Amino acid sequence: MAEVEDTLKRIQSINGVIGTIVVNAEGIPIRSTLDNSTSVQYAGLLHQLTMKARGTVRDIDPQNDLSFLRIRSKKHEIMVSTGGL
Amino acid sequence: MEIVYVYTKKRSEFGRQCNFSDRPAELHVDILPDISLAANFIVRDPCNVTVQCAEEMSEHEVNTERFESESRGINHVEGGWPKDLNPEDMEATIRYRKKVEKDEHYQNTIMQIAGLMEHCCKQNNATDIYQEFFEDEDEEVVEESEEQPSAKTINVFRDPNEVKRTATSLSWHPDGNHKLAVSYSSLEFQRAPNDMSFDSYIWDIENPNKPEMTLKPVSPLVCLEYNPKDSHILAGGSYNGQIAYWDTRKGSQPAEMSTIEHSHRDPVYKVIWLQSKTGTDIFSASTDGQVLWWDIRKMSEPTERLVLDPSKKGNLDNALGAVSLEFETTMPTKFMVGTEQGLVVSCNRKAKTPAEKIVCTYSGHHGPIYALQRNPFFPKNFLTVADWTARIWSEDIKESSIMWTKYHMAHLLDGCWSPVRPSVFFTVKMDGTLDVWDILFKQNDPTLSLKVCDEALSSVRVQDNGRFLGCGSQLGTTTLLEISAGLCTLQKNEKAMVSEMFERETKREKILEARHREMRLKERSRSEQSREDEGKEADGEESAEELVARAEREFFEIMEAEKKKEWNEERQREKEKGVCEEKDFQEEHETNGVSSFKRSEISL
Repeated sequence: MAEVEDTLKRIQSINGVIGTIVVNAEGIPIRSTLDNSTSVQYAGLLHQLTMKARGTVRDIDPQNDLSFLRIRSKKHEIMVSTGGL
Repeated sequence: MEIVYVYTKKRSEFGRQCNFSDRPAELHVDILPDISLAANFIVRDPCNVTVQCAEEMSEHEVNTERFESESRGINHVEGGWPKDLNPEDMEATIRYRKKVEKDEHYQNTIMQIAGLMEHCCKQNNATDIYQEFFEDEDEEVVEESEEQPSAKTINVFRDPNEVKRTATSLSWHPDGNHKLAVSYSSLEFQRAPNDMSFDSYIWDIENPNKPEMTLKPVSPLVCLEYNPKDSHILAGGSYNGQIAYWDTRKGSQPAEMSTIEHSHRDPVYKVIWLQSKTGTDIFSASTDGQVLWWDIRKMSEPTERLVLDPSKKGNLDNALGAVSLEFETTMPTKFMVGTEQGLVVSCNRKAKTPAEKIVCTYSGHHGPIYALQRNPFFPKNFLTVADWTARIWSEDIKESSIMWTKYHMAHLLDGCWSPVRPSVFFTVKMDGTLDVWDILFKQNDPTLSLKVCDEALSSVRVQDNGRFLGCGSQLGTTTLLEISAGLCTLQKNEKAMVSEMFERETKREKILEARHREMRLKERSRSEQSREDEGKEADGEESAEELVARAEREFFEIMEAEKKKEWNEERQREKEKGVCEEKDFQEEHETNGVSSFKRSEISL
């Protein structure tokens, strides 16, 4: 339990990180360093996108799975690490 | 060498059924190898042969039906909570979250994922993997590779109505060029079906599924133009002769329309915005022979009227029907009208009397002039598109065009210059092809010829950046094309070369014109002289038979004279044998325009 906390704190403290959100399989933000409405918005949108991306990867090769997703925009970069390793 | 097998059959046996029978093989021809021929060949050793052991596949292409898509937004509402939990309840949600965090599986997964995340974050900080290299070098190293000029279709806008109308004119939005206004009407005389819709549309070029705005006139619009100063205002000329203007902020109905009594009597083929302080002046042209000036604030009456009567009497019956108009903002006092009869009339706005308004005419086309435009870089030269050719003219030469394309197989229906390159212009034809001409590259053929669609293309318009162009077809389909960079970037020395070319052609035409004038003068003086000599009747009218008889008489007289000359010369020749002589006879028959011929004889 403490390790989890430490890890999350460590990530948040890396230079350049604006916020961290932990989302469960249903799309609910469990842990977040941003305010609730933003977290809910990000969680909902990224959840859908990750599902779509994962579906695409698995359509191409069923043995494969999505492990990481980076969305680079003009202003920021959103990084999604999914559970499939 | 042919190998044939000949057999004979009795005529009485023709048509009889075939009776087959078996017999041993017979050797008919036996060609033995000729060893000497082998000397012409070399044995190839080793031979490379490719072999593949794989599944044979075939390639197929399928075109699906048009997919209509629409852009929509999604409203996300919080959800995903288990059924019994109320998301509004703060305590319940906190409790749920704490419960999830205690789960061992959760903790393991987090450790795994977090590790990966940390790695990537640190990676980001270490190097900027999306750094732009060679940013500055980009501009210098733009080598004009020998790429083929090409054009590709970006979007196709179809007329959403059931009954298809011709897309008669296009106008690009003046700022930003993201919108295209297209006017639709049926130009076939009385062939418009009753349920044909009168609407014209403004399309957003990104969305080909639905027009961005509809314009609903009283009668279908034949031409439509955006106001270059105010991008919300459009002026349109309609099929029944009325002029209307729209304000896109105010809706689909025309903001104001001209009154029927004072409008044109025929469809208005072209409407152009004028350069004025108020930015509200337009002028329009129609096949009823009039050019009318309007101020859109007061559409009840035209501010000025000009009748295109070549005899300068203002007689409407004599007037030439106008099909296209041309106005260049750099020359605000002059404008040009292209007529149905194939003449281009150049006019002066500021003339005092109506008779002086028409300055001069240019003739040379065989049919109505569908497009007329000055070259944006060299306003003295203009392009006309009519019948089967496109011609380039110089203002100074009134007798003929300085450059012209060959006669094509299909009628040319519209054309325009490229706004970025002085040597490039576009034309569209009745068989659905778009031709891109670059007169510096090739004068005889278009540099690029594309078949855009199967039906006739009725209008073409280039965007101000020269890169995109829209062409409208007879069935209301407007195609948006992007042309390759080579055709829309100004080349070095291009302006100088084009101006040289125009000057050279103008000079040539001037010389030809001068020569023609000389010849005509000579003809006239000669025909006058011959008339005095023969002392013909004062009224100068001879019947056809008398002319023929005179022609015959003169012909035989000249033949006799020639024969005698020949005979004398032959006698002389016999006396002077052994001397090389070359003689040229030249006989000219000038009666009834029989052409002259030459005879040359070489004799020993």
